[in-house]
Amino acid sequence: MTENNTNPTGDNRLLAETHSTRKIGWLERTVGPDNYRILKGLVKTPASIIGMIFIAIFILVAIFAPVIAPPVGNDPYKMPRDGFVGEPKDPGSPWKKNVPEIPFWYKSLTGNEDWVHLLGTAQGQYDIFYGIVWGTRTAFKTGFIVVLATVLIGVVLGSIAAYYGGGVDNLIMRVTDIFMTLPYIMMALIFSAVLTPILGRSLLPPLIAMIAFGWMGYARIIRSDILSIKERDYVLAARASGLKNGRILFKHILPNAIFPTLVLASLGIGDVVLGFAALSFLGIGTEVGYADWGQILSFARNWITSLDKYWYIVVYPGITLTLFVMGWNLVGDAMRDVLDPRMRGKG
Amino acid sequence: MTNYIIRRLLLVPILLIGVTLIIFGMLQLLGPVERSALYVRDFPKNEKQIDGLIKKYGLDKSFFEQYWRWLNGVIDPVTGKRDGGILHGDFGYSRTASQPVVDIVKERFPNTVDLALWTVYPMLSVGIWLGVKAAVNQNKFVDQAARIYSIIGTSFPTFVFGLLILMLLYAKAGWFYPGKMSDWVSKLVFSGQLKQYTHLLSIDALLNLRFDVFWDAMRHMIMPIITLSYINWATFVRVTRSSMLETLRQDYVVTARAKGLKENDVINHHARPNAMLPVVTMAGSSIVSLLGGVVITETVFNYPGIGKAAADAAANLDVVTILGLAIFTGTILILSNLIVDVIYAFIDPRVRLA
Repeated sequence: MTENNTNPTGDNRLLAETHSTRKIGWLERTVGPDNYRILKGLVKTPASIIGMIFIAIFILVAIFAPVIAPPVGNDPYKMPRDGFVGEPKDPGSPWKKNVPEIPFWYKSLTGNEDWVHLLGTAQGQYDIFYGIVWGTRTAFKTGFIVVLATVLIGVVLGSIAAYYGGGVDNLIMRVTDIFMTLPYIMMALIFSAVLTPILGRSLLPPLIAMIAFGWMGYARIIRSDILSIKERDYVLAARASGLKNGRILFKHILPNAIFPTLVLASLGIGDVVLGFAALSFLGIGTEVGYADWGQILSFARNWITSLDKYWYIVVYPGITLTLFVMGWNLVGDAMRDVLDPRMRGKG
Repeated sequence: MTNYIIRRLLLVPILLIGVTLIIFGMLQLLGPVERSALYVRDFPKNEKQIDGLIKKYGLDKSFFEQYWRWLNGVIDPVTGKRDGGILHGDFGYSRTASQPVVDIVKERFPNTVDLALWTVYPMLSVGIWLGVKAAVNQNKFVDQAARIYSIIGTSFPTFVFGLLILMLLYAKAGWFYPGKMSDWVSKLVFSGQLKQYTHLLSIDALLNLRFDVFWDAMRHMIMPIITLSYINWATFVRVTRSSMLETLRQDYVVTARAKGLKENDVINHHARPNAMLPVVTMAGSSIVSLLGGVVITETVFNYPGIGKAAADAAANLDVVTILGLAIFTGTILILSNLIVDVIYAFIDPRVRLA
């Protein structure tokens, strides 16, 4: 058939029914029809669009953090302190020591001439506004690192298990089961407590702990996806042409199986950030004063009896964290419908 | 059925060995000096003594030899006394709580069970009721509200929700309290005036017919119960709703309607029981995780359960204690998972035939 015959003409009804007249864009060409359907699902429901908007706002805050909250001192990730008084200060109270430079948007938006503590200060006079703005960067950093590492471990173990099958599969999946028996937050807590004396107080112990106990879900997903793909004809063809196992697995099978896992994983950032915040809330992780949402919330633990007075220590970082997680969950919810095997081939 | 149970029982020792290996492996990341704390109460003052300890307990031996010593303990050649050995119930000595880890477990675990006991009912009943309501009224107002709630509920971090509850119900209104019991109740308990039959405070209060004590226990538990229920409802609504929607499309539901049954009968007697299978799985794992200690909720409300003990030990970097607690909760989880699986096999024949 020549090129001009593939498009049905107006007078050929039969062809018009069998051939799609839908235009196929470059994106669909590059990622393939199945994956294109998944991507389309991201922007289909109002809920997922709202989620995308939330995520976009947080990305903008993270990128423009130095403009929104100009760094004070050498390390921008340290929340600036206005003195050392224990008692938190209300939002809008004047800023006396360590006053940051005034950015261009400040006067017109707040109507103030000098810096005030926009969202108040936590105990030890750590500025909450700075903690929230720079904490956005911490959130993305931890989210990306943990998701990347867990996906990598999960994909390698899961695909090896699925491809080789038999004893290897059994061994890897039983190890996965054992890791899954253990409660996630408790194990992450314990492991980071063990790592802290070795590595010191920093982002590393909670990150390593969350990676060590967070890969199992991805291993299971990629395993089941590969099991369904490894019987396809092109795998047989690759094997017949004498390719080595490793090459077949990583060049032929994995690229065709990995997309759903990647989409799911990228939406896991919300959960990772939630877990990380929980760990810092429990007092594990970064040193005191590091800009990170969980830590500001952990300050509230010392003021339980007067939380009605110091509501801003809980409400502002709490809402920020909730909106961040909700953004990823809204998109993830739409994604789950699209990735549901019963939905394949529809819409 | 017997086959299934035997197969499931055989898995238990494997899981236990795996879990202990993981936890012991974490312990091995520490140097021999830190690990000698597993066996001694007071930390020795000079270095020679530490070297002696390391030699005595074989802390510089190979991984598996140490693993065995850790499991079975070491018999002192002089006194003939056994030191350590988690198989013999010695989980080490907690320096931060200055008591053996076993005692922490004995003291804290009943509190965790107490909380779990009172959380199960509101958690299950409201979650399932809301999920069924949403499915029956698909795409109507109730359904939309339930779906929005389940998204917000899953996004709300436990500790943020808990802190907000504390702010409103404790700091502002003063209705409920954090902690476990008021001072006058703890005096009653420690003086032995309140007989402890079960060591679960609320149940003991009822058995002693002390309703004032029971009310006090409840005032301390209501906030964590609300928090745990709220967090779990979101998932229960989602699971129940989707399972119920699928069941309502089945032929036997159509048949039931076609033979003229009332809609209520169709939903309550034909559709709902069949939609409960995935919900039972969820319920099982939720109850198991309640027993495993709810670290964050207990910490927020200062509730002295296993989870709070683990969080405190971790914050103080008391490795011996947290690893001991980890072994304990790991074992509890494995055993209660076993029970849930067996119950599940009774409910759903497909499981035991597979």
